[in-house]
Amino acid sequence: MRTLDQFRPRERGRVAHLHGSGVVQQRLLEMGVCDGADVEVLRFAPLGDPMEIYVRGFHLTLRKSEAALVGMED
Amino acid sequence: MPRTLALVGNPNVGKTAVFNALTGLSQSTGNYPGVTVDRKYGQLVLNGHRATLIDLPGAYSLAARSPDEAIVVDALLDQQEGEAPIDGLLVVLDASNIERNLYMLSQLLELEKPIVVALNMMDVAKRRGINIDAGKLSERLGVPVVPLCAHKGVGMEELRAAMSRMLAGDLTPGRAACVFSASQDEAVRSLLADLEGRKDSLGREVLPLEVFRVLMDEGGYAEKRLVRALGPEFGRFLKQCRQNARNNGSSLAAQEAKVRYAWVHEVMDYAVTRPKERPRTRSDLIDSVLTHRVLGTLFFLGLMVLVFQFIYAWAGPLMNLVDGTFAHLSEAVTTVVPEGVLRSMLVDGIIAGVGGVLIFLPQIVILSLFIALLEDCGYMARAAFLMDRLLGWCGLSGQAFIPMLSSFACGIPGILATRIVPDRRDRFTTIMVAPLMSCSARLPVYTIMIAAFIPGRRVLDGTLNVQGLTLMAMYGLGIAVAVPVAWTLKKTLFRGEKPPFILEMPSYKVPQPGTVARKVWREGSAFVRRAGTLIFAVTIIVWALAYFPHAQTITDRFDKERSQARALIAEPAQLKAALAIIDGHEAGAHLENSFLGRAGHFVQPVFAPLGWDWRIATAAMASFPAREVVVATLGTLFNLGGEVDSDSPGLRETLRNATWADDPTRPLFTIPVALSIMVFFALCCQCAATLLTIRRETRQWRWPLFTFSYMTVLAYVGALITYQVSTRLGLGG
Repeated sequence: MRTLDQFRPRERGRVAHLHGSGVVQQRLLEMGVCDGADVEVLRFAPLGDPMEIYVRGFHLTLRKSEAALVGMED
Repeated sequence: MPRTLALVGNPNVGKTAVFNALTGLSQSTGNYPGVTVDRKYGQLVLNGHRATLIDLPGAYSLAARSPDEAIVVDALLDQQEGEAPIDGLLVVLDASNIERNLYMLSQLLELEKPIVVALNMMDVAKRRGINIDAGKLSERLGVPVVPLCAHKGVGMEELRAAMSRMLAGDLTPGRAACVFSASQDEAVRSLLADLEGRKDSLGREVLPLEVFRVLMDEGGYAEKRLVRALGPEFGRFLKQCRQNARNNGSSLAAQEAKVRYAWVHEVMDYAVTRPKERPRTRSDLIDSVLTHRVLGTLFFLGLMVLVFQFIYAWAGPLMNLVDGTFAHLSEAVTTVVPEGVLRSMLVDGIIAGVGGVLIFLPQIVILSLFIALLEDCGYMARAAFLMDRLLGWCGLSGQAFIPMLSSFACGIPGILATRIVPDRRDRFTTIMVAPLMSCSARLPVYTIMIAAFIPGRRVLDGTLNVQGLTLMAMYGLGIAVAVPVAWTLKKTLFRGEKPPFILEMPSYKVPQPGTVARKVWREGSAFVRRAGTLIFAVTIIVWALAYFPHAQTITDRFDKERSQARALIAEPAQLKAALAIIDGHEAGAHLENSFLGRAGHFVQPVFAPLGWDWRIATAAMASFPAREVVVATLGTLFNLGGEVDSDSPGLRETLRNATWADDPTRPLFTIPVALSIMVFFALCCQCAATLLTIRRETRQWRWPLFTFSYMTVLAYVGALITYQVSTRLGLGG
């Protein structure tokens, strides 16, 4: 299973499973990154990290290390 | 009896605009006891019903992780100390971002309080092809829904009408909409029963909704508070309850989100239509430039250079205006008040002191204007996006960028802004290094030193000014020093893993003049208040210390010299010059004999390696309570020192002409001395208010003490290196 951090800009997919626990998981969830959410990767910051995604109708930025916890549907 | 309503919503939904439109000029701010989250409230009169509207901090959910998020939950559960029970909620939703906004609404409905929903930014939603049927939404939610464009004032009448119905008690409370699994309900019940038995040791009752949060938010604030109060045995029981509630499924938090978003989708299917594809907005277009690898970075750097060059160029005329006003005032007082202690106190003490500080008001206003504009248009989140990796190198997150940037205006709002940093270690590190950012109170020192001693040459075909570059270097110094300091702190005192960086990127919007004006006003008036109170007091104390004991023997000695001069010199111009020199020597003798002069002499050897004489040392000592006092003190010291040429009233000239007391041909201030003073002030924590704020935010005295100590050492060493190196480079000649 690929994770969100491996996506390229403009690539779209659906969240299959959220790994991790605690604060990171909590923040992702309340921002709408949970099972079944449609996500589009928009861009990476100039230094390669963090990244910006489009989810639930708004723009969200997160680090690649956090995106690595988001398992995507094949 | 007036009722209490709470204004709730996600961040960036226009809550402030709604609050301003509803309460107008009746707003006040206060503090919650124990913590320092601003309590913003205003008065409402609707249809004869009076109410207090409390503007709660923005939040994405009721799962509190940090103390400021806990304020929202506690206030909503009527458990917040110092807060009246909440009789109803005004929930502001961003219509253009309805999906995520409905998430928190599903939690708010469970509070079973009357709710009015304000559906803000309807215009933006329409532009993006999002159509919301407010009637159907209201029907589905069971609460009134009012479409709104708060910044244009559209829909405010309808909102007031709905709220007056709430105040009249005509609304039925919101109802829980989401259904959780039976095992979760069961876990809540057994926790409630357990806590009922512990009511006495806890000293309060715990409501079902709080218990629900304790259960769902693993490692959250609600859990930590209860475990702290009840001990690890309760923690073990809670763990057991969670195990049962999970039913071997995914984590409870994930289950909650899934249930709530399923409900959100049901609601949206009923009342909302929106395009399937991601709409290409103006924000996207702007972002394709401003967060671009090359263009975005260049823009960011260019913006920073621009801000500092403009602060320097724009403020000039306004500063001359302030300067001129105080010069006139001083002249007026001199003609009215007879010579003596009173005139000296008014002219040399108060007017010179307070005027010397107020002159920097224009620069402070311009800087806070820039920060307010960047905040309000949405660029701050982009700055955090661009800077996260960079701040990551010293162990901080991009969120620390906002407190850091605020600290350039003033360390106090900067330290308060660290509350948005959820991780304690990260937050404390940010607090410890925030005072290293050059705040606006340091600007006076930089300005006076640069204007007097740094040549106004232009480089790069006249586009950049050496003075502007020096100013930028001083700001850069604080940042450059903050990096290793933060890195060291994160490796030693605040070790731990990196906190998350999961941040909404709000759409760009045109800054609201009202919001920006309020922020600038707050900064400016706080500065003036400080000038009128603390600095005023310090000015008088410093003046008194510099004036007294004013020994009669010294006056007598110089009176004798004056009469000798009158007897010997016949030519009026020559006599006048001679008398002026005698006056200067007299004032100098008085100052040297004064309490301040003696103290300055006493500590001078410590500061000699920095190139300072006893007067600079005295000024630096006097400015430990508030650093902007240094300019006032220098003014007082050098005016009293009798070195003022009547043709050049400005402090700038006075400082340029100052010489060493033991060698009148040797200028006191050289470029190395000016640089060493600037570096000392750049790195030193000379601000009692900042230290008190650190105490309040960390709740321990050792952190302000630590901050003060490490910064004072850095300042001394930094100034020492600067003076010694620049002297050897020949800048002193």
